[in-house]
Amino acid sequence: MTYTRQADFGTPASNAEQTVTLSIDGRAITVPAGTSVMRAAAENGTDIPKLCATDSLESFGSCRLCLVEIDGARGTPASCTTPVAEGMVVHTHTPRLQQLRKGVMELYLSDHPADCPDCTTGECEIRGQAQAAGVDTVRYGPGADHLEVPLDCTNPYFDFNPAACIVCSRCVRACDEVQGTFALTIEGRGFKSKVSAGTADDDFLSSECVSCGACVQACPTGALQEKAVAEIGAPDRSAITTCAYCGVGCTFRAEMKGDQLVRMVPWKEGKANRGHSCVKGRFAWGYATHRERILNPMIRESIDQPWREVSWEEAFAYAASELKRIQTQYGRLSIGGITSSRCTNEETFLVQKLVRQGFGNNNVDTCARVCHSPTGYGLKTTFGTSAGTQDFDSVEHADVMLVIGANPTDGHPVFASRMKQRLRAKNGQAGAKLIVIDPRRIDMVHSPHIEAAHHLPLRPGTNVAVLTAMAHVIVTEGLADEAFIRERCDWDEYQDWADFVSRPQHSPEFLAPVTGVDPAELRDAARLYATGGNAAIYYGLGVTEHSQGSSTVMAIANLAMATGNIGRPGVGVNPLRGQNNVQGACDMGSFPHELSGYRHISDAETRRLFEQDWGVHLDSEPGLRIPNMLDAAVDGVFKAIYIQGEDILQSDPNTSHVAAGLSAMECVIVHDLFLNETANYAHIFLPGSTFLEKDGTFTNAERRIQPVRKVMEPLNGLADWEVTQELARALDLDWNYAHPSEIMDEIARLTPTFAGVSFARLDELGSIQWPANDAAPKGTPVMHIDGFVRGLGKFVVTDYVPTDEKTGPRFPLLLTTGRILSHYNVGAQTRRTANTAWHPEDRLEIHPQDAEDRGVRDGDWVRLASRSGETTLRALITDRVAPGVVYTTFHHPATQANVVTTDYSDWATNCPEYKVTAVQVIPSNGPTDWQEDYEALSERSRRIAGAEAAE
Amino acid sequence: MNSLERLIYMANQIARNLATQGPDEAAHATADHILRYWDPRMKAMILAYDGDALDAIARAAIEQIRQPA
Repeated sequence: MTYTRQADFGTPASNAEQTVTLSIDGRAITVPAGTSVMRAAAENGTDIPKLCATDSLESFGSCRLCLVEIDGARGTPASCTTPVAEGMVVHTHTPRLQQLRKGVMELYLSDHPADCPDCTTGECEIRGQAQAAGVDTVRYGPGADHLEVPLDCTNPYFDFNPAACIVCSRCVRACDEVQGTFALTIEGRGFKSKVSAGTADDDFLSSECVSCGACVQACPTGALQEKAVAEIGAPDRSAITTCAYCGVGCTFRAEMKGDQLVRMVPWKEGKANRGHSCVKGRFAWGYATHRERILNPMIRESIDQPWREVSWEEAFAYAASELKRIQTQYGRLSIGGITSSRCTNEETFLVQKLVRQGFGNNNVDTCARVCHSPTGYGLKTTFGTSAGTQDFDSVEHADVMLVIGANPTDGHPVFASRMKQRLRAKNGQAGAKLIVIDPRRIDMVHSPHIEAAHHLPLRPGTNVAVLTAMAHVIVTEGLADEAFIRERCDWDEYQDWADFVSRPQHSPEFLAPVTGVDPAELRDAARLYATGGNAAIYYGLGVTEHSQGSSTVMAIANLAMATGNIGRPGVGVNPLRGQNNVQGACDMGSFPHELSGYRHISDAETRRLFEQDWGVHLDSEPGLRIPNMLDAAVDGVFKAIYIQGEDILQSDPNTSHVAAGLSAMECVIVHDLFLNETANYAHIFLPGSTFLEKDGTFTNAERRIQPVRKVMEPLNGLADWEVTQELARALDLDWNYAHPSEIMDEIARLTPTFAGVSFARLDELGSIQWPANDAAPKGTPVMHIDGFVRGLGKFVVTDYVPTDEKTGPRFPLLLTTGRILSHYNVGAQTRRTANTAWHPEDRLEIHPQDAEDRGVRDGDWVRLASRSGETTLRALITDRVAPGVVYTTFHHPATQANVVTTDYSDWATNCPEYKVTAVQVIPSNGPTDWQEDYEALSERSRRIAGAEAAE
Repeated sequence: MNSLERLIYMANQIARNLATQGPDEAAHATADHILRYWDPRMKAMILAYDGDALDAIARAAIEQIRQPA
């Protein structure tokens, strides 16, 4: 695809069904009612000059360039603010308009740099609009202007050049309307008006700005522009692709100059993001070419030796011989693999196929084990499908949002912006109401123009108790939707559940001492959820990463069914998936007990399908899950593992147990971009490729399968699917995929919910939400519309069982962990970008009371200790956390927050209980023994023979 | 916690979360869960265990796996 700017129709599309016919420059045009004259003209090929209008923002009417004449109307109205009317006759280009536009444009040009480089490349619209307005000379001589105002270069990714700014407010409005941060404003009046990032002391970095890029995207001149454009030059080619960060799955256009990526621009037609982006996806892609990326395969016989670079052939031959040796010596079940939620569906499918077909067992698992495995279990049990019920657009129809155990502004920022758009009142329509259930006062609770109706700051580990209390209120106050339940769910099971939740010991008042939640507030929240109109639940890892993660997911499903909030736009149960392809990794059969499409390995019919296609016998017994693999390794019976794109040492709980498991293995194969923490224990390193270097698909949190397109050659020589294929061939498997599309064809052939998916179909439709098959050729935006996938919806009684992780005199505080906007997961990618400007280290959030009790001041080093281990980090004193609760992130290996977390896990899926650890916090002078030992180990184990240490 | 202790803990935890179904149903559901999600070695280890650390429902579940009806 060659490079052209995406069309801009000036004002947002109207979604009215009624149409209006009018005449523009003598042509009859029919558009939806509510469309602006500007948009009606643009959609029909007539571009009216404009500067302050762009179709991502409501019309503003300030630049006076888009004036038109309308028969019978007085004056020259602005076309952006004038809606179409039946029979209207519009003239967009007349001598009178030409004269007016010329006058306006000359004034703009008189205060615009004569040598504006961006005007030459088209990045700046001023010169182009001047030409459109027929202006080539400026009558005004030198005078007062803004050309000498200094640049603000504080943001690591873009600059603000006031000289090029025309104060059109597009950036301010983008920050308000699209992103919802309200960081920017216009300061001063008249000639002194200027864009400001907050107070007079603020620059872009110190301000509230979250660097989402919406302002850069909206700017019509070069005033707000990516530094990369100045450094590399304007792009000359591009491809539409999918972001490789979180589970929102934003569509971007990768804009290239030669082999260099210049910028990632959010794509307006992207159905997940609708043209918006966050600091990670838009800007934090520099890791792809970071100097620490490993580009050559490496091996070593033992982990105390330095790495030795070898050819791909030698690496594959050595890996294959080791895997064969180990299976011969220790048995068929002694090896396994881990698929990656960061890799494509096709790559994930191949890794699990390698394990089942090549290793001859089912010892395959995926990082979803440690995040959303309870979602799979819980929603499969209650609804019949292991996935969320809605598309993201559904939020536009929600009247009530219940956010539990999720921090969308940090974890899923682009969707958070879409939520905020619906939470704010707009065009006379009231905003949706918000309920937040979270131990911390997350940003959604209270932020500019957003105020949660109810925040229930529960004690960590009591989700099931809180949801049962809400169910108690709904049932005992007669708020359940019995007509829906009788029609759609198993009535007997509902009655059992209703009897259970109605018991007095499940009332909010009785449970308050356990949950710490004000019963009156909880009752009001339950009433609002049940009676406030369309109510949608959005949840994250604060739900799943508990010893009752699966129970909580089922408790959520129960609430949605009991109130009839399933099966139409605006409602539903929506897991906010962590990683870009965690949904896809689960869909692809990465779990040890099921094949693609969530079919249990014990099902003979399904096995036969795969056996016929793959020409092997499949084991009918489930394999090992990640924590079980580590236990088996410590027991000396699990000896080798192939890990694609996951860093279990840093991301999995109880680091010392993970280290013990990895140390006990004879062959650890790490396939990754960097020498990650797990690679400290690896014997074979296979360099990975980035999402920019391969073709494939990711599936986001709304089940949307989206294309990932190769824009540059893999720096390491092979795309990840090719690496797995070569490893399989070295193990004597006859794999001959020439392109990832052939892998998708195999997935579609073997998976009924993917039957209608192919690369050609994705090119045609842009994206597809599964199930996509003959019954739903264009995919399925909203599930369970006429009935649940499993038949009748199943109410499951979820009894509150407290975690065995208890606070006591030695460990009186509860630690909960999470993430922050600027970083992603273990930080392997984002730590290798300028995002460290916002978050250079993990900090421990602690309530002022708890800090004072311990003599801890803000910024002090503290020792954070649990029954599992201890680490040190700096304290951040804040009342965002309740007394008794502390919080930290796990983005930095130097902190190793998971040294502290425990082995406790979800009863049904073994998903670790990251969100509840009993800890003590005391002032500290420096790193713990573990941190010092680990740093020494890292340094030692990253040595590469003949090269300098990688770090 | 060694591997066997962990398996006992897991079996008890599953049983405890299913206990509201009543002892018979809960034992059946616990047995089913272990059959569906545990790998062969984990099953063999718990089946070989004859100590008293298993709670009543978990014990009944293991007994059911040993002697399918």
